[in-house]
Amino acid sequence: MYYLLESLRSAIQAIRAHALRSFLTMLGIIIGVMAVIAVVSLIQGFSNSITSEFNGLGVNSLTVHSYLPRKDRLAGKTAKVTTDDLLSIQHDVTGISGLSPILPVGRFYDPVKFHDHTTNSQVLGSTPNYAINNGSYPDSGRFITPNDDLHHRHVAVIGVTVIKKLHMPKDPIGQFIQISGQWFKIVGVLHPLGQILGFDQDNQVIIPYGTAHSLLGAAVIPDIVIQLKVNDIKHLDEVTARITQILRRNHHLKPGQDNDFKVQTPAQLLGNFTTVLNAITYILGGIVAIALLVGGIGIMNIMLVSVTERTREIGIYKSLGARRSDILLQFLIEAVIIALIGGVIGLLLGYGIGMLVAHLVPAFRSSFVPWWAVVLAFAFSAGVGVIFGITPAAKAAALDPIEALRYE
Amino acid sequence: MSPKPILELHHISKQYVMGEAILDALKEVNLSIRANEYVAFIGPSGSGKSTLMNIVGCLDKPSSGEYILNGTPVAQLDDNALAHIRNREIGFIFQNFNLLGRANALHNVMQPLIYRGVSFSERKQMATAALQSVGLGDRLQHLPNQLSGGQRQRVAIARALVGKPTILLADEPTGNLDSSTSRDVMAMFDALHRQGHTIIVVTHDQNIANHCQRVIRLMDGQIQSDTVSAAAAKTQDAASRV
Repeated sequence: MYYLLESLRSAIQAIRAHALRSFLTMLGIIIGVMAVIAVVSLIQGFSNSITSEFNGLGVNSLTVHSYLPRKDRLAGKTAKVTTDDLLSIQHDVTGISGLSPILPVGRFYDPVKFHDHTTNSQVLGSTPNYAINNGSYPDSGRFITPNDDLHHRHVAVIGVTVIKKLHMPKDPIGQFIQISGQWFKIVGVLHPLGQILGFDQDNQVIIPYGTAHSLLGAAVIPDIVIQLKVNDIKHLDEVTARITQILRRNHHLKPGQDNDFKVQTPAQLLGNFTTVLNAITYILGGIVAIALLVGGIGIMNIMLVSVTERTREIGIYKSLGARRSDILLQFLIEAVIIALIGGVIGLLLGYGIGMLVAHLVPAFRSSFVPWWAVVLAFAFSAGVGVIFGITPAAKAAALDPIEALRYE
Repeated sequence: MSPKPILELHHISKQYVMGEAILDALKEVNLSIRANEYVAFIGPSGSGKSTLMNIVGCLDKPSSGEYILNGTPVAQLDDNALAHIRNREIGFIFQNFNLLGRANALHNVMQPLIYRGVSFSERKQMATAALQSVGLGDRLQHLPNQLSGGQRQRVAIARALVGKPTILLADEPTGNLDSSTSRDVMAMFDALHRQGHTIIVVTHDQNIANHCQRVIRLMDGQIQSDTVSAAAAKTQDAASRV
């Protein structure tokens, strides 16, 4: 224990004696740990905010969409959820509300024109329930009404990004935009929702479902997404089973054949999402581990120089009765201390950067450093110190006392 | 009866391999030193006196022969045991002082006690006492580069003394000092001898050797002469009579 405390004291003394060099040695570790903590804190903070957002949607929401495994898609099969499915659900399923279809016009983005300006936006056909299901309410003007849908009116509710990209007046209500060659009158502007993973939720144009249908033409049977709410959460499983039954019947699926659609709760969607986020965290963690490795090599290099430089000092220690293990411990602790101080500085800087980015970039709404990231950063720093400190320390311990004392 | 020798060297030889050539640093040296002797190893450079001191101080191992320190044959000892001997039995004093540059006088003197596992407060107390005994009680917090050459050598002496070693080994202790400081340092050795310490001084300077009672002259790795001064012989007799 005395040895340990003494080695600690003498290590700190040695580090302070070469403050600049010690700092430069730490830099590799500092940057590595800083990167880990910043990235992890942002992704975790992001994941937390997404989770709360999904929870805000309510656990009783269900989404129905077409789904084919990759191998079936490659085999040329197609799957669709259609308006017929929607009507079947409406007629045959009880205990649900807020039923609304979403029909994307174009594959994903569609050109939208205003005067001389054109931009690509997500154009969705839907019904008044869309606003309730997605928390997407107009800030000014109005949303789609049942009458708009019924009469296939050419009206549109747009997001703020569309206004900006098309250089529209601040209050664009009453202006006309062109979608698929047809004119639409703007009746409402949606409340800004911000970005998710670079996906701009405000680059959106919502038109009545019926209008979107006629826009695509009668010959096309489009693939739609159906959203609905289960009135009583206790009936969630029954409703899911009932919908599955109806769609299997509609799609003429034989017993034993896989579903060509999915009925998902927000929890399941969230699960997919979290899986992706975790994968990103691990990949970035791996990259950062390489950075730490480089930092470790830096430590080893400096420690080797330090051992050579302090050969005489080691000789003195040996002449005073230091054993190999005393010298080994002293240099090892020095390496670990350098790595650990680097780890702490990196941790603090990483945390700071995470908070700063969360503050400046709206897509990242908060930063959160999980305890495992802190433990990992410390363990990794200490590990790097031990692994890359052991060689120089062993070299120092093995020095011959006379040779070391004679060293100039 | 003279007291039992504290160190005995039997047929000690040391060879260095320099490429193709083999250099005989020591050839068949026989020597025994008793407690409270004040010995000088004198000789020109290359005579083997430093090699002899390194072997006596357990910093180096002989190529052949037997070295018995305090009744223990050193050849059988492993690295850790040798470190233990350097820590307990030997107090080194070097020509260039060999102080730890980043540590103050107090910590320099405390350093050897660390390897004995002495607690901090006890170490501090022992080191302070040792520094006071060499007249540096007011220089405890000074770094070596803040001290004069004579003061540095006194710190080194305090460091050698603090562990109460069996033998003090001084390698050209006045080599880097001016003549008046040299006299002070040698006066200190004389006083330490009177207090009962066993001291071996390695030197090429006859004036330094004259302080000692027994002068062992080395030449080409062999003992050329081993003379005990008359005054010393008298003291020895007196000591043995008591």
